[in-house]
Amino acid sequence: MTGSTIIFYLLAALTLVSGVLSVTTRHIFRAAIYLLFTLIGIAGIYFWMQYEFIAAVQIVVYAGGIAVLIIFSIFLTQQAGEKLPKQKMERKIFSALAVFCGFALTMVQVLQHEFPVSVAPVTSPSVNDIGRQMLNVEESGFALPFEVISMLLLAAMVGCIVIAMREKRENLNTEQKNIKRIPNDT
Amino acid sequence: MNNLSYIALIPLLPLAGFVLLGLLGKKYFGKAAGIIGTLFLFISAALAFYTAYQYFSSGFNGVYQPVIAFKYTWLQFSENLSIDMGLYLDSISMMMIVVVTLISLMVHIYSLGYMKREERFSTYYAYLGLFTFSMLGLVLSSNIFQIYMFWELVGVSSYLLIGFYYDKPSAVAACKKAFIVTRFADLGFLIGILVLSYVSGSLDFNTMIQTLTQPESSTLKTAVASSFLGVSAVTWGGLLIFMGGAGKSAMFPLHIWLPDAMEGPTPVSALIHAATMVVAGVYLVARLFPIFAITTPVVLEVIGWVGAISAVIAAIIACTQTDIKRVLAYSTMSQIGFMMFALGVSKYGGEAGLGFTASMFHLFTHAMFKALLFLGAGAVIHYVHSNEMKDMGGLRKSMPITHITFLIACLAIAGFPFLSGFFSKEEILLAAYQHNAAIYWIALFTSGLTAFYMFRLYFSIFWNREHLAHSEIQTYKKSEGPFVMMLPLIILAIGAAAAGYIPFGKYVSTDGRPLESHFDLSFSILPVVLGIAGIVSAWIMYKKQNPLPDKLSSSFGALYKASYHKFYIDEIYLFITKKVIFNLIGRPAAWFDKNVVDGMVNLTGNATQWLSGRIKKFQSGKLQSYTLLYLMAAVVMAAIIIYVWK
Amino acid sequence: MTSPGLEQILFISAALFFIGMYGFFTRRNLITMLMSIELILNSVNLNFIAFNKYVWPDKMDGLFFTLFIIAIAAAEAAVAIAIIINLYRSHQSVDVESAENLKY
Repeated sequence: MTGSTIIFYLLAALTLVSGVLSVTTRHIFRAAIYLLFTLIGIAGIYFWMQYEFIAAVQIVVYAGGIAVLIIFSIFLTQQAGEKLPKQKMERKIFSALAVFCGFALTMVQVLQHEFPVSVAPVTSPSVNDIGRQMLNVEESGFALPFEVISMLLLAAMVGCIVIAMREKRENLNTEQKNIKRIPNDT
Repeated sequence: MNNLSYIALIPLLPLAGFVLLGLLGKKYFGKAAGIIGTLFLFISAALAFYTAYQYFSSGFNGVYQPVIAFKYTWLQFSENLSIDMGLYLDSISMMMIVVVTLISLMVHIYSLGYMKREERFSTYYAYLGLFTFSMLGLVLSSNIFQIYMFWELVGVSSYLLIGFYYDKPSAVAACKKAFIVTRFADLGFLIGILVLSYVSGSLDFNTMIQTLTQPESSTLKTAVASSFLGVSAVTWGGLLIFMGGAGKSAMFPLHIWLPDAMEGPTPVSALIHAATMVVAGVYLVARLFPIFAITTPVVLEVIGWVGAISAVIAAIIACTQTDIKRVLAYSTMSQIGFMMFALGVSKYGGEAGLGFTASMFHLFTHAMFKALLFLGAGAVIHYVHSNEMKDMGGLRKSMPITHITFLIACLAIAGFPFLSGFFSKEEILLAAYQHNAAIYWIALFTSGLTAFYMFRLYFSIFWNREHLAHSEIQTYKKSEGPFVMMLPLIILAIGAAAAGYIPFGKYVSTDGRPLESHFDLSFSILPVVLGIAGIVSAWIMYKKQNPLPDKLSSSFGALYKASYHKFYIDEIYLFITKKVIFNLIGRPAAWFDKNVVDGMVNLTGNATQWLSGRIKKFQSGKLQSYTLLYLMAAVVMAAIIIYVWK
Repeated sequence: MTSPGLEQILFISAALFFIGMYGFFTRRNLITMLMSIELILNSVNLNFIAFNKYVWPDKMDGLFFTLFIIAIAAAEAAVAIAIIINLYRSHQSVDVESAENLKY
């Protein structure tokens, strides 16, 4: 029982417990915070595996970007202190059953399977290596997927703008008229 | 004759007129619509005359070769079989475009006056344009399928024009009747087309005629060998095609629509039901004449007899009708019967092809004088506001131009010497005399009757009952019609008088070689004497009001009654359709439809409804149910694959 | 406790995956469903990294996949939230049942 092992199990416990809480709590804001903890726990595991770059990306993009995005959207759509609606018990039981079966099946397979674990000395990749291979146009380079992903990001950006754009002005006007009419009626 | 693609303009200009007037006429042109339509047609007619002039003056090397001016493959089925859109120029199509554009132009001009007060004036001109387009397309068709398409278009425009006064129930009934009867005949035509094109492997006229007229060709031998009900395939094809032609040309027993079609405006009757559309059947037979003449003489025999029977029956009925347009309608049917049997008695090639030439000649002259008769009748109707003979009489003083032109037309149709009808009818009789004596005697009798009923009409309108003219009609004095109505009458009268002097045999014959038409004066004596006898008897009976016609009709008794009721043919049709077909076929079919077909349909419907009721819960739109089911299925399938299949 | 290796990490990732699944099935709020999806994506990432480290330590393919998945997840989250907010505007609700009438 080394320190490293203890740290791993602590991280694992953090990840899983906050993951479970994130999907079960009925306070949506707390759910978001638990999600944040899960993401940080996973980042910790990456650190533990000495993949510092991925860990950093995980924190920057997930914890810093997506979690914040989700929290903002909660602010935009949710009344403060409101609890989430309850789901039917039947649905919960069925879901738990299906999920448990799936999980059991997966774990049985994982434990039965002999993975060809490599004995080569573990070297964690440096940022330099990652950068070189990512933009490499030769064999085993990832320049093309990189470009594709950048196009996808662009498309997503445009899509977001289009979707979130305000509707035409007339709707607004009618809304305003409705608002104005209320004092006249009362 | 180099660049001929301008010929396509001849049919396309009326089409342009139709589109323009049909879409914008009512809104933008109003009364100018007539002028615009007429202008379009005038250009078209001028082009047609120019083309015909070119063709007949320059293409002459002893044989008038058919020219395909324009060809566009529309649907290619196989290497040989394709539907083309083309312009086929030969002597008969040239003659037809001249006839169609000329008569149509006359009718356009005439209608400027006749239809002036109509509310749907521009619609009327649009329909006329559509009709002219389809008719020209029909006569210029280069393959039989194209002819079929235009054939149907002609039927549609005829339907539209007969039913022009759509608020009149009788007009609506008439247009439906015309459409259904011709449609029924066209069914035969279509099957005939399919048979012949299957046998010959082509839809093109030239190829079709070539393959089907060479007795030693193998395709023809197999076609003759393959038979149905003891008749060879080619003969069936020919018969069915003739059925289509008989329907359009109102041949017995498919003639019942023609008299009713007189419900349409009178200029329309002149155009469609006298001069152009009804001769489409004759034209069709003429177009495929080599096949009929060489390969299937049996069909030609049938054509001859059907023509002769139609001619004589129609002539008898025409003697007893009182509605002047119906008299003219039956007279048209009778004259088309003449053309048909002239084709029927003709043979292919050389002197024996006299009947063919005569038929085409008669078609030409008939178009002139019959259109003139109809337009004249239209003027009379316009004047007295009635179709019935009893409302007319003594009109010769108040309508001098109509009177003179009508007289010319009557003389022409009666075969009075040196007018156009005389020449063409003499040729027909000569052809009949040479090849089929029985038909000759029928024809001779009919031509006498023709003279009688035409002059019965003439005397009833313009003489007889003079007092009527002085009492009712004269009280409100008015002119016999505007200039635009008189002009076509005069032009057509000149045509009716002079058309006979065209050396027709030189231009139109079965094999393209000129045919010397020779007149044997001694041969002409008998028909002319009969014709004059007809005129004289009509003069005696109808010149002055006298009891003679009534006496005569009562002495004929049953025959008169039968003729007055058009030999009860309509009633027979009614009996057959209502009693026989409805009871024996319609009722069981209805029962079958209601119980078996509907039952099956309902069963499918109910089963589907039941099933969908069951499965619609799966389509809840609930995303989470979908994914849950998906996960379950995935787990189960994975388990099966892993543990059961290994 | 054994020293952690590939199997332990796979356990975490599988557990995370099915936790995410459970959340996806039982949550009715669209935003929390989106969170569940993030959990699922993270479990996949964890898998890639684990296999990369323990099975093919000399290569970096798993690492790149993780990177790309993170990028795509970011894009997906942004689009999904845009849609959710739009839905909120029109239906005044982000309940998954309010989106049900999209089936028509």
